[in-house]
Amino acid sequence: MSASEIDRQWTTRLRKGLAHHLPAEKLLPDTQPSYVSSWIYVFGVATLASMIVVIGTGCILAIMGPQWWHQSSVGHYVNSLHLWSVEVFFFSMVVHLWGKFFMAAWRGKRQLVWITGVVTFLASVTTAFTGYVSQTNFDSQWISTQAKDGINATGAGAFFNVLNTGQMLMWHILLLPLAAVVLTVLHVLLVRYRGVVPPFELTATDEVHAS
Amino acid sequence: MTRRFRPDVDAPIYKGRYYPYDILKEGTIALVVVSLLVVVCATLFGSPDEPAVTLKQWSTAQPLDFASTALAELDGSSGVAGYGPPYNHNADGQQIGPLTLAKWMGVHIPVNAAEDFVLLPLTTLPDEPTLSAGLQEWAAASDAQRTTWLNAYAKGTMTFSAGVIYDTATGDGPVGLFITDLTSMARTGALDADLIAGRGYYTTDYTKPLLFLADGQWFGQLATAQHLGGEQWGMMNEEGNYPGQAWLWLYTMWYQVPPYNSSWSANADAMVWATMMVLTAILALLPFIPGLRSVPRWTRVYRLIWREHYRDEAQRNAAVKDPPSA
Amino acid sequence: MKGEHVAALYALFGALVPLTSPGHYIQWHWIQISVANVVVIFLMIVTFIAALLLPFPGRRRRRGDDK
Repeated sequence: MSASEIDRQWTTRLRKGLAHHLPAEKLLPDTQPSYVSSWIYVFGVATLASMIVVIGTGCILAIMGPQWWHQSSVGHYVNSLHLWSVEVFFFSMVVHLWGKFFMAAWRGKRQLVWITGVVTFLASVTTAFTGYVSQTNFDSQWISTQAKDGINATGAGAFFNVLNTGQMLMWHILLLPLAAVVLTVLHVLLVRYRGVVPPFELTATDEVHAS
Repeated sequence: MTRRFRPDVDAPIYKGRYYPYDILKEGTIALVVVSLLVVVCATLFGSPDEPAVTLKQWSTAQPLDFASTALAELDGSSGVAGYGPPYNHNADGQQIGPLTLAKWMGVHIPVNAAEDFVLLPLTTLPDEPTLSAGLQEWAAASDAQRTTWLNAYAKGTMTFSAGVIYDTATGDGPVGLFITDLTSMARTGALDADLIAGRGYYTTDYTKPLLFLADGQWFGQLATAQHLGGEQWGMMNEEGNYPGQAWLWLYTMWYQVPPYNSSWSANADAMVWATMMVLTAILALLPFIPGLRSVPRWTRVYRLIWREHYRDEAQRNAAVKDPPSA
Repeated sequence: MKGEHVAALYALFGALVPLTSPGHYIQWHWIQISVANVVVIFLMIVTFIAALLLPFPGRRRRRGDDK
């Protein structure tokens, strides 16, 4: 196999592309620009941290099965951890979103970072919702019977049946978390690729060299 | 090559200093802090878990409400009986202007209210010759005959005593028997078992019992007492004093205001969803929307966020303009 | 003995201040919101403002390095 043939390989191209666009120094940087100096920057990482706690506590609930937490006080406690980690997760994510909005963090070809963030937020809201309807208690009975009308009105009710507890549990513990995690990984990789958005310039600059 | 610099789209190229910043350490600290916070909240407040309610509880607590709902399922006047897609063809479902999304998707979760909630469960009751005869009579009757019976039954007065539903109606054919027997069946818990396990021993699908439950008044009363009703911003609320899905505030809000709760009320769900889809698209595409994407620059909150950067920059500029004499 | 054990476990894992009492709600015209949700939203706003205003640690040390 000649060198040019190797160069044309998909695998080679992917490796070279990754090494070029996301070198280790960008993936795991040891420095940050000096403007990265505000508490507002910690809420992205806080969202990631609470996501880890959400998934961790969710894994314990998954290991023990969907009814465990009704019967065991330990199970109920793990459910409490799961609920409060979700509260902290959304709390951090919303503060992160506000912060990034007021920084106009989509500037400098970072539009896709913003969009993946918004879509991750939507995936998270849907994940949380399916969790609420798979609790197998009064809450899930009520929320599912209320929500069915909204979802049926969009036509999605034909295949996304909120009254089908088994289906909702599958979405909650497999499909949607998978989507949320993949989106989060994409979001973080895009942040690492583009870097943290620089501050607005105070002096008016009309020209920029497009590199 | 140069082009115009758009301050809300382009970012200046940063040529300033970089400082050591240990993101892994930051992440670890965040994980520890978040975990502690979660443990503290869970230990202090716990989480709500009100047990699920059953058709047995409903028919025991409010037998007349149960019986009236059963009649509505049988005569086709209940919410589910006239729902339309995805459950049946008895209506077109909600629409957004000319878009009948639910109808286009079709009936994928077939529910025949009279059959599924009343007649089929009754056939499972063993050793009931009178009921069996009644069911045969119903099956053999014409639609007109059934309507006559149903109307006759509805004209009577329904009462409940000694665990049994009575009705003063005459000429109601087997309808009175159905309602009385179904209520008694529900009060034993047999109807729960039948609707849940109707399609086999194992089940994870609660569509039918939930739809039946939601058609009555009792279930809604339980929820309203907990501020979970649709007109109470119920979607974002939670049992007791627990925080709920507060992030659904905007979605929930539309249901409380006109025209969603007035002239659009027949299609409120569809209109609220359409509104939310548009707003979500605006949020996602904010970087491309002139005006909206300038709000961060106009509000000047960024000056607070990057105040140290701007201070440093001002000091540096001052030093360049006015270098210290050697 | 086993009952005591279970009771002890329950005490260990039961909430100290369970929020299960009937909910408190604020009603203002057509706006209705639970106190719990108000507290969460209020805390988010406070946290956001605090994150903007509070000095970020490590900056002074870095300035020191800078010299």
